[in-house]
Amino acid sequence: MTSYIIRRVGQFVLVFFAATFLIFAMVFAIPGDPIRALAGEKPMPESLRQSLIQQYHLDEPLLAQYWHYVTGLIQGDLGESFNQRPVADIIKEAFPKTLRLATYAFIIEMVIGVTAGVYAGIRKDKFLDSLVKVSTVAVISVPIFVLGFVAQLVIGVRLGWLPVTAGNPPSLYGYLLPALVLASVSLAYVARLTRSSVVENLRADYVRTAKAKGLSQRRVIGVHTFRNSLIPVITFLAIDLGALMSGAIVTERIFNIPGLGRAVYEATISQEGAVVVGIVTVLVVIYAVANLVVDILYAVLDPRIRYD
Amino acid sequence: MTDLSIPTEVVTPEPLTVPPPGKQGKPSSLWSDAWHELRRKPSFIISAAIILLMVVMAIFPQLFTSVNPRECSLINSIQPPSSEHWFGTDLQGCDYYARTIYGARTSVSIGVVVTFFATLVAVTLGSLSGYKGGYLDTVISRITDIWFAIPLILAGIVFLNALGSKGFWNVCAVLIVFGWPTMLRLMRSSVLSVRELDYIDAARALGASDWRIITRHVLPNGITPVIVYATITVGVIIAVEATLSFLNVGLQLPAISWGLMISVAQNRILASPHLLFFPGIFLSVTVFAFILMGDALRDALDPKLR
Repeated sequence: MTSYIIRRVGQFVLVFFAATFLIFAMVFAIPGDPIRALAGEKPMPESLRQSLIQQYHLDEPLLAQYWHYVTGLIQGDLGESFNQRPVADIIKEAFPKTLRLATYAFIIEMVIGVTAGVYAGIRKDKFLDSLVKVSTVAVISVPIFVLGFVAQLVIGVRLGWLPVTAGNPPSLYGYLLPALVLASVSLAYVARLTRSSVVENLRADYVRTAKAKGLSQRRVIGVHTFRNSLIPVITFLAIDLGALMSGAIVTERIFNIPGLGRAVYEATISQEGAVVVGIVTVLVVIYAVANLVVDILYAVLDPRIRYD
Repeated sequence: MTDLSIPTEVVTPEPLTVPPPGKQGKPSSLWSDAWHELRRKPSFIISAAIILLMVVMAIFPQLFTSVNPRECSLINSIQPPSSEHWFGTDLQGCDYYARTIYGARTSVSIGVVVTFFATLVAVTLGSLSGYKGGYLDTVISRITDIWFAIPLILAGIVFLNALGSKGFWNVCAVLIVFGWPTMLRLMRSSVLSVRELDYIDAARALGASDWRIITRHVLPNGITPVIVYATITVGVIIAVEATLSFLNVGLQLPAISWGLMISVAQNRILASPHLLFFPGIFLSVTVFAFILMGDALRDALDPKLR
């Protein structure tokens, strides 16, 4: 177990350096002018050009540039935007909003997704099961930006049930619609995953044993099947964080939430490459950390799996 | 464009021409069994019909509309659907129906081109990694871990933003470069389970070369999960392209793409919902068809579920 954790942390360190290098190298080393990649097509004063060259050490070899970049990253220095605001500051201000949105979405997808999945799994091939199967495919098929606009238009404007935008400062109530939209795709995956996992576990020997012992249906499902069925769902949640982050970029754009996603979107519009690279790097690092934590949790939770 | 027919072609019983040694003389293979089951499945028939329709629309948009999608007159700006303009018109006064029809070409070709090349990379490296094992496997697996750390949409945002020019091939290139890791892992684990089977040992004992074993025995038996996933990937890539175009880092005007149409219209959607509705429906139905097809294929090809 300890050796597994050490190996997994080692892998994380490798992934951290390699992934940040990949992002860095592809942005700064693609043929052409890296200044253009950072600042777009606009004409710029020579002084800004010089300060960008200095800021990113563009006059040094690539590996040295990367070294400056990654040491800065570890110290929390991600460069500056055009109006000389540190990218780290932008992230510090926007991150809590994205975190809130993602947390609400996460709670919604867990509660609804797992419940729907368990019920569909128990009633395999019945009406409810088919309903969950078809509706999840349908939800997965609608790209999140289409879903977001439709929800805004129908629930927000036509029916007037929920606020159309999150408001400023965003309120819990205002977060509800964006969180539902953000949760929808992963919710469908969670439901499907729980369903197939429940179906599989219901056929397992220990479930038959539990039934043969005369345990109540409630206990067989609630304790024996349910808990074991959640293991693959937990693994999914780590992968899901990636989808949540990409989804947040779209959702925040549509519902006007001043989080990380909107900061990225605005930076792509104003072609502030430094801000885009900085925020995406942070998101990638968060994703890698979450994967590390879940992998270790997984090893702790499921003693059947041997990691040698 | 021959690869457009991948999802429909794989279900024909043709792979019978390379039966594994153990199955010779048997009347049916996995694929012909699957084909028999699929023919009767409504979800397969529906998805195949939609995919066929979209492919025809992508190749011959003229069959569906005689209007030039780039011939616009500002006098017609943002009209609701009418008998003259079935889907209404957009801000520039272009016929929205014609633009929606022509949008199929972009989406379907990006989906197919990206999936084709990403699958090629995944199958080649995945089977090498799984079959050879050892040092090569370690290197390929670690590289996959690194690629896995960057979600597709984030990769698209950073690299397309840095690339500046965002044409069809730039979008394809970025999505191919970051689209293969999941399929590689699938291929590798599938090859790992096939590798240990008796008929592989038998082939090796008969003196078959690695190349022959991989191409004749390992690939035909291990590729099924990848084909299923690749079918779904076509849909996923179509959605990703639309999302990137929506976020302004994908295709740019004057390209015609469903995601771009919605992106351009986004500030007018509340007043003119048809600008969202038609490209949104076409986009969702296409993605839906590929995912449904993947589901149907998986059910038919996985003997454990029978």
